[in-house]
Amino acid sequence: MMDVPVSWYLILAVTLFGIGTVGVLTRRNLLVVLMSLEIMLNGVNLAILAFARHHGDAQGQAAVFIVMAVAAAEVAVGLALAIALFRHEGSVDLDRATRMKG
Amino acid sequence: MLTNLLAIGPELVLTLTVVLVLIADLVIGDRPARRGSLAVLSFAGLAAAAATFFLLPDGGPAAFGGLVSGDGLGVFFRGLFLVAAFFGVAFGALSDEIPVERFGEYAAMLLATTLGMSFLVQSQNLLMILLSLELVSLPSYVLAGFRRGDSRSSEAALKYVLYGAAASGLMLYGFSLLYGMAGTLDLSAIGPALNAKAAGGSVGIRAGIALAALLSLAGFGYKVAAVPFHQWCPDVYEGAPTPVTAFLSVGPKAAGVAALIRFVVIGFGASVATPPAGGLPWPVLLGVLAMATMTLGNLAAIPQDNVKRLLAYSSIAHAGYLLMGIAVGTPDAVQAVAVYLPIYLLMNLGAFLAVMAVRAKTGSETIADYRGLVARSPALSIALAIFLFSLTGLPPLAGFIGKFYLFAAVVKAGTPFFYVLAIVGVLNSVVSLFYYARLVKAMFLEASPDGAPAVLVPVPVGLLLAILAIPTLVLGLWWSPLADLAARAAGIVG
Repeated sequence: MMDVPVSWYLILAVTLFGIGTVGVLTRRNLLVVLMSLEIMLNGVNLAILAFARHHGDAQGQAAVFIVMAVAAAEVAVGLALAIALFRHEGSVDLDRATRMKG
Repeated sequence: MLTNLLAIGPELVLTLTVVLVLIADLVIGDRPARRGSLAVLSFAGLAAAAATFFLLPDGGPAAFGGLVSGDGLGVFFRGLFLVAAFFGVAFGALSDEIPVERFGEYAAMLLATTLGMSFLVQSQNLLMILLSLELVSLPSYVLAGFRRGDSRSSEAALKYVLYGAAASGLMLYGFSLLYGMAGTLDLSAIGPALNAKAAGGSVGIRAGIALAALLSLAGFGYKVAAVPFHQWCPDVYEGAPTPVTAFLSVGPKAAGVAALIRFVVIGFGASVATPPAGGLPWPVLLGVLAMATMTLGNLAAIPQDNVKRLLAYSSIAHAGYLLMGIAVGTPDAVQAVAVYLPIYLLMNLGAFLAVMAVRAKTGSETIADYRGLVARSPALSIALAIFLFSLTGLPPLAGFIGKFYLFAAVVKAGTPFFYVLAIVGVLNSVVSLFYYARLVKAMFLEASPDGAPAVLVPVPVGLLLAILAIPTLVLGLWWSPLADLAARAAGIVG
């Protein structure tokens, strides 16, 4: 079977990361923004795994598990705040959360 | 094994305290002494954590296979964070913005943030940096949104979490590139590995190193609120409850600064004296960031009417001054940063405590409601004026000594770029006088609005104000003990 070169993984990783970043910057729905953040972090995870495989190093694989746990914790806080936003504004549209400016 | 555990003794005690506070909160329930006993328990935990400093292994070896370093920089900042946590818990106990029935949660979250900060300053490994940075961030998101019923507080937390998550995503991508190029997560091994790569490497490798370094900077820049990652800062500081704002403006910021020193100065070996790993122009890059950060912070602070927002921009400006020190990166500069941060902690916490006391009586945070405060509360006005002039950096106050050390280190760097940096810094200090003095003028020279309430300061608040104001005065005249401690903290790069 043909071996997939590391660079392909990296190209996929940077594509995912880019899609996630654009989503975070352009989307106004809080839930979609949180999804985009997940895509960013999954892109990073793929890159770390590809490098870990390339170096034959287990540190990177361990790191990916921790990044996954951290991402889950971050989204948990994000979703709690989505509920708070919905209670105040009746929607999860980020353009509603602009009381403070200047 | 025991040596490893002793090396993180203060953190183990803090962890235990967080758990005990949560359990005690449940056990005590609705009894009248709830707030007081939880505060005492937290203070006891902090004192016990401080006591374990005497058990730290001699010579500061790295523990847990190099994950955490026991060096002087870490010890210095871990001590500082315990002080910050003490004031954070005390402010929360005295504030009417933290309801009694949720004070246990507040103390536990604040101590958990402190735990993260303690780990962050000693992290010697990219994974450990990420993990402890998140341990700082997650509880502080919760703290910022602590007043669920207040839409401003929720909005503050929302902005904090979205900017924070995006910044840590960028940082993580930078870390993955560093790992890919260096083949290790160990900070002390990354510098040499990158040097070897860059020496024989193509333009592509150098660009990769530069990209990785810039992306990694995003995470630290976000924590210290440096331009261009500062946008969250004014909104979060304005919307969060005042005790939380006070703590966020000193604790996580100091932790971010210390972690950045470790990352740039130790990891990349960057300073004006030595060419950094991978040939990156760290000193110039950080110097430019410092100039942008302090200039933006100071200029944006001028038109503010909300005092918390004004102090938020002022804290951005102070992040700029601190970045100057990191840009220089010599032992002198690290010492200067270590002198500056404790002083900054005193004066900034003091200013926020005064804001909290005024808010408790007037319910307002706008400068207009500070008019004539000296007639209504002379001691409070004088204390706030001391803190504000110290933040400006006027002699003979402590803030002057902090700035003096920083500017001396920058000038000593001796290249034309750093002379320009020092001049920009001095000009910025002059600009900052304008908005700090505006608040002082409102307090001392303008008449009270009709029907403005007298601001009586409760005894504990007055006591805390004195605890913060006296060192702000004394350190301005007698600073050698602090300078000696800071010199020991900076020993790592000497």
